[in-house]
Amino acid sequence: MQRKSIGNILLLVLTLCVACMWAFPIYWAVITSVKPEQEVVTKTTFFPDVFNFSAYYFALFETKLATWYVNSIVTSIAVTVVVILISVMCAYALSQIVFAGRKLLYGIILASFMVPSQALVVSQFVLMHRFGLINTWGGIILPQLIIPVVVIVYKQFFDSVPKELREAAKLDGCGDFQILFRLYLPLNWGITTALAIITYIMAWNAFLWPFLVTSSEEMMTVTVGITQVGDAFGVKYARDMAVAILAAMPVAVAYLLFQKRVTQALMLSSGIKG
Amino acid sequence: MTSKGRSKRLTVILMIAPFVITYLTVFAYPVYNMFALSFTNAPLIGDGQWVGFDNYIRLLNQKLFYTSVWNTGYFVVLTVAPNTLIGLGLALMVVRLRGWLQSLVLVLFFLPYILPVSVVTQIWQWVLDQQFGIAQYAIEFFTGKRISVFRDPLWAMPMVALVTVWWTNGFNLLLFIAGLRNIPADYYEAATLDGATRWQCFRRITWPLIWPVTALVLTLQLILQLKIFDQVYLMTEGGPFNSTYVLLQLVYREAFRLNHGGLGSAVAVFLFLIIVSVSVLQYQLLRVRER
Repeated sequence: MQRKSIGNILLLVLTLCVACMWAFPIYWAVITSVKPEQEVVTKTTFFPDVFNFSAYYFALFETKLATWYVNSIVTSIAVTVVVILISVMCAYALSQIVFAGRKLLYGIILASFMVPSQALVVSQFVLMHRFGLINTWGGIILPQLIIPVVVIVYKQFFDSVPKELREAAKLDGCGDFQILFRLYLPLNWGITTALAIITYIMAWNAFLWPFLVTSSEEMMTVTVGITQVGDAFGVKYARDMAVAILAAMPVAVAYLLFQKRVTQALMLSSGIKG
Repeated sequence: MTSKGRSKRLTVILMIAPFVITYLTVFAYPVYNMFALSFTNAPLIGDGQWVGFDNYIRLLNQKLFYTSVWNTGYFVVLTVAPNTLIGLGLALMVVRLRGWLQSLVLVLFFLPYILPVSVVTQIWQWVLDQQFGIAQYAIEFFTGKRISVFRDPLWAMPMVALVTVWWTNGFNLLLFIAGLRNIPADYYEAATLDGATRWQCFRRITWPLIWPVTALVLTLQLILQLKIFDQVYLMTEGGPFNSTYVLLQLVYREAFRLNHGGLGSAVAVFLFLIIVSVSVLQYQLLRVRER
């Protein structure tokens, strides 16, 4: 029932225009970052006359970006691995093993959806201080480890695995840990990748908590660190844009490579089955 | 107990312990401690004394508290409904496209959503820069002059809202597209055969069937935007003249800048209670929907 009409073509053109306008600030940032600082403020060109990478040179070698990268990579990967690991085990127990307090535990996890973690920053800071973890990787990582939705999504997926599989494995003498890591996890590999990528993106992008818990420039993550560059060196836009692009690179690449997984995870965590 | 029962119990404990211990330490205890701290005069680090409801009374006598409540509300008004409607509008446009064209357009709309907040604010600070920002051409066209938007009390909050909508809309768009794809194509075919116009199709088929997703997006947005902090802090630091000062920033100021752990916690409790009430309301709404 294709209705090829002028109306349809107009709508298509309109859609493309809006999409280009929407993405324009990102394009503008990329283009600005490869212009010489002089050109940035003297003329408005939509494409640079010559490509100039001095802003990137500055960002990479004259700021602490490399250190912030290390901090971000270490903390984001640690958050991702630990979140997946502790959530998958808890979800398996909740889904497959009958034990006292199971319903209660699941109810509590469901209810924690409602708790805004931002409201907890003061008491989490006090706690991390008591542990001596201010300005450490541990301090950045720990409060980010509880993501109730990961447990809930895993539980739902484990619930739908046929019971016979687990029983057969039990008869073959497998323990629950073996069943989980050799059978249930590989069966749900797709959802694991999805949850891992989205957790990694969220951890990399986290701002408020890393901002509060790190005060030394050596310990900052990329997202927090890049806000310091302008302060220390005055406003220079080509440089700021180069820094911003480098900071966004690891999540942008992860998204572009795993688009489907990212959207799947987002839909699952908002309650719409993807 | 049999040995089988004991080993089952051990398995359960080993499986849930890592999550439960982490949960109790960095989540449940901080929730409890937030309430406890809010009734003391504790500094950020160190012990305080029980002061009952003093912190809350102090808040009610603090002008900045009302300013923050007002601004948070203003921001919610500026973002929640527009973000939902724009998401629906864009989804209606994108869902008509096919194949690689749809994927490409979706990427263009969704990309901002996965950027870190500090990258988003840096980009927009450049785009909106008073002297060299490219958006100033548009601003000049409409107002006749260049405006330093983040230094102007009238413009600051709407601009923060605009940037927020740009940044977060991809997610709403995605939910709406999923909702639109769930509407069976035969409904439209039947309607077209009956001679329904495009508007009638939208009014009679799309809108009623997409309403549940709309309700979901609206409530998710409401909860999300009440927690605003990062964008305002990075773009305006609450200024100019506190015109963008929000609740979470008051928590930050009292606890981390002025060393009033107790008072900061009281603000946090206030925010916590608002968000929990909205969440409960959302839960009820969505449950009604499923029946």
